[in-house]
Amino acid sequence: MAKKVAFMQGNEAAAHGALYAGCKFFAGYPITPSTEVAEVMSAELPKVGGKFIQMEDEIGAMAAVIGGSLAGSKALTSTSGPGLSLKQELVGYACIAEVPCVIVNVMRGGPSTGMPTGPSQSDVMCAKWGTHGDHPAITLVPASVQELYEETVRAFNLAEKYRTPVMIMPDEIVAHMRERIVFPEPGELEVIDRTAPSVSPEQYKPYDTQFGDVPPLAAFGSGYRFHVTGLNKMADGFPTTKAAIVQAEEERQVRKVEANADDIVKFEEYLVDDAEVVVVAFGSTSRSARFAVNEARKQGIKAGLFRLITFWPFPEKQLLALSKKVKAFITPEMNLGMCTGVVKGCVEGNAPVHGIFRVDGEPINPGQILDKIKEVK
Amino acid sequence: MAFDYDKYLRPGKLPHIWCPGCGHGIIMKGLIRAIDAVGLEKNNTAIVSGIGCASRLPGYMDFCTLHTAHGRAAAFATGVKMARPEMNVILVGGDGDGTAIGGNHFIHACRRNIDMTYIIMNNNIYGMTGGQFSPCTPTGAKASTTPYGNPDPSFDVAKLAIGAGATFVARGTAYHATQIDKLIAEAIQHKGFSVVEILDDCPTTYGRRNKFKSVIEMMNRLKDIAVPVKAAEKMTAEQLQGKVLTGVLYKEDKPEYTEQYKQVIARAQGGAK
Repeated sequence: MAKKVAFMQGNEAAAHGALYAGCKFFAGYPITPSTEVAEVMSAELPKVGGKFIQMEDEIGAMAAVIGGSLAGSKALTSTSGPGLSLKQELVGYACIAEVPCVIVNVMRGGPSTGMPTGPSQSDVMCAKWGTHGDHPAITLVPASVQELYEETVRAFNLAEKYRTPVMIMPDEIVAHMRERIVFPEPGELEVIDRTAPSVSPEQYKPYDTQFGDVPPLAAFGSGYRFHVTGLNKMADGFPTTKAAIVQAEEERQVRKVEANADDIVKFEEYLVDDAEVVVVAFGSTSRSARFAVNEARKQGIKAGLFRLITFWPFPEKQLLALSKKVKAFITPEMNLGMCTGVVKGCVEGNAPVHGIFRVDGEPINPGQILDKIKEVK
Repeated sequence: MAFDYDKYLRPGKLPHIWCPGCGHGIIMKGLIRAIDAVGLEKNNTAIVSGIGCASRLPGYMDFCTLHTAHGRAAAFATGVKMARPEMNVILVGGDGDGTAIGGNHFIHACRRNIDMTYIIMNNNIYGMTGGQFSPCTPTGAKASTTPYGNPDPSFDVAKLAIGAGATFVARGTAYHATQIDKLIAEAIQHKGFSVVEILDDCPTTYGRRNKFKSVIEMMNRLKDIAVPVKAAEKMTAEQLQGKVLTGVLYKEDKPEYTEQYKQVIARAQGGAK
């Protein structure tokens, strides 16, 4: 049987990807340019017995998502820049309390209200450093409608597997463009559920590291009674200020993601094997970059594309290895150098890194990237 | 036989953090008696709080307990209740937590009429941070951030709840200990969003700055200002000056939110819009 095909908008695809992953709870607050995610969830969730709620503000939406997840539902919220700033308070809560959830953040111009309908890639640092304190970060940056669907499924899988919030961050172009999408059949994509406790309620501790760096999570109302707090906590979930425990728990919370970077980091290498100039790009900018690389090849320049699909954890070791073979990197991005700085940190001076930055609400076009390739080759 | 509070308390988590003379413990005991009277199952009951002295209460209670962020209890709890409407959800917290930083979540929980019970322990001050004025600090009172007297008018928490759409609103005091469990029990049994404001005392950060010589004096004040709703009916406006009404202040039957959402599900699954 032929697969179901549609012509679909990115935000709509994110919502359908969430449903494929088994999302049963959505809480959100209207914000351009992500609102279509909420609109689709409001229509589709009740059909599958799920729950949609529009909350009074962005923080409330994040709070409800954490509450819904603790009660056992896979939970989603969607937002954009200013909303992400507000949600950060409770992103930190989800990190320390280790509550799986997914945040779709459509990147628009900023800071503050910025350019609500203009594309941007300037939230990638906010995704990692937006909430205070040391914490893990997983951020995915898809480049097409199809990929936004599939990466939303993966975002849920990573959230459930690592018991942590995961951000999926299309730029406004990817979120609002319409493309052909081929829907995966049920069972075609892997769907991961959080590990349930294997011990009795009497023996259960919500942060019991005898089960590894990602302890099993019970649901409220399932017969397991336990305590959840945003304070530094012990294995049983109760607060502690004991130095050794706090240190070990903080380190574990970050380690559970960082030590599994190979499982989380995803990227695409295009014509990189013999490349002398490698463009490192993500989101809609990577589509311009691919075009530019193809044009450069036609002109006899050995150019390649390293496309980030996971932004955090960053593919540090892959770029370090690449830096020993290439003449130069080019990093086009719709911000003033966020990814560029990270790439520079990875390549340890082995090759120069040339940024192309746009924050005027216009996409970076292939010509800009091609010019830079010719300049640095 | 003496009432067995231990049945509902987590072993090894006491003593609590509250100062001698603080009314929070009286309210926690009232809550336990109410839970016992209504017969709530521990596994099927969530107790959710924000941040502050009062918000430490869930940690002592042997239920599904969620100590959230400052002011956010109502929003977290809404998520729990939506995901599992069959659970009993009780919120606890202080006046600053609930009506200042959490004010927006509070009024919208009232508006939705979602079936949860919110116990606001109103001691007129931010106690945990050392006694800054809250939206419930009386005008003129001294706090660590109102050294010349509080210029702010204060909230009437019960009126705020009624105005925002809560369908059960009651008020008690930490002095009237035996009334607390009755008010909370009725609130829990009410289908819809119920608010129980308990006037409380903070001798450590409020009393000593406001010329209360002792906890007894603070408790006596609660005794003196409280007027049961019924008794107030026979009193003149002059007689009611400086008094606070106690008992069930408001009650109405209105569609409850999770029940309304069940109809949304039915309409969606029936193919209707």
